[in-house]
Amino acid sequence: MTGFATAAFTTLGRRSALMAIAGVVAARHAWATPDATRDWLASLAKGTPTAGKVTLKAPEIAENGNAVPVTVSVESEMSEKSYVKALYVAADGNPAPGVITWEFTPLSGKAEVSFRTRLAQTQKLVAVAEMNDGSLYMASHEIKVTIGGCGG
Amino acid sequence: MSDDIKPRLRVPATAKKGEVVEVKTLITHPMENGQRKDADGKLVPRLIVNALKVTYNDRPVLNAKLEPAVAANPYLSFFVKVEESGTLKFTWTDDQSQSWTAESKIDVS
Repeated sequence: MTGFATAAFTTLGRRSALMAIAGVVAARHAWATPDATRDWLASLAKGTPTAGKVTLKAPEIAENGNAVPVTVSVESEMSEKSYVKALYVAADGNPAPGVITWEFTPLSGKAEVSFRTRLAQTQKLVAVAEMNDGSLYMASHEIKVTIGGCGG
Repeated sequence: MSDDIKPRLRVPATAKKGEVVEVKTLITHPMENGQRKDADGKLVPRLIVNALKVTYNDRPVLNAKLEPAVAANPYLSFFVKVEESGTLKFTWTDDQSQSWTAESKIDVS
């Protein structure tokens, strides 16, 4: 009985030790912040994005941050006259804000993409779409991450 | 390690004229993000696939620029509008300018 209790206590001790290590690792990185994320997006897409036209689909809770499935679609007829030129995806709680940039042409047919991202911790994903006329649209989505995918 | 890197595609073999078809791609690659440490505590240098270029009959369809925040074995899927039969060509490039290509033919009726 005593042995059992000790074992449980040790597990708890190990977990808090791990948490402490995780804290140190986190402190060592220069983490991206919402500001850095905005700067990264602003360096690529000039102007102020308005909400809408962009749909960001991702899980509410990701148990494993190593590969979180994300689908982003942008409303557009994708014709020579009107199409989505680029789509920028950023995350505000990773070591660096950038995730992926997509560049489309009218040949893309439909501005919808899927990929898997790494998320180090609970954070917000932001997608900004740049239309061929220069207008910008955005969407964001908060993902709770149980186990981070930083690989520290 | 480089020998293990293989692109995989899922592209429909046939389509109707003007159809928008879904394309799924995956390349087996560790996507070293430059944050990870090896057993000796040394930082493993960054080595990721940073770009995918897609053309249809040599006309650009789509480009993707990948950052270290894309998961290992990057899976990317998207769409292509096909007006005539042709060849979809994919080129992945990594940080060391090594590249891998794959092709898939679509028969349009």
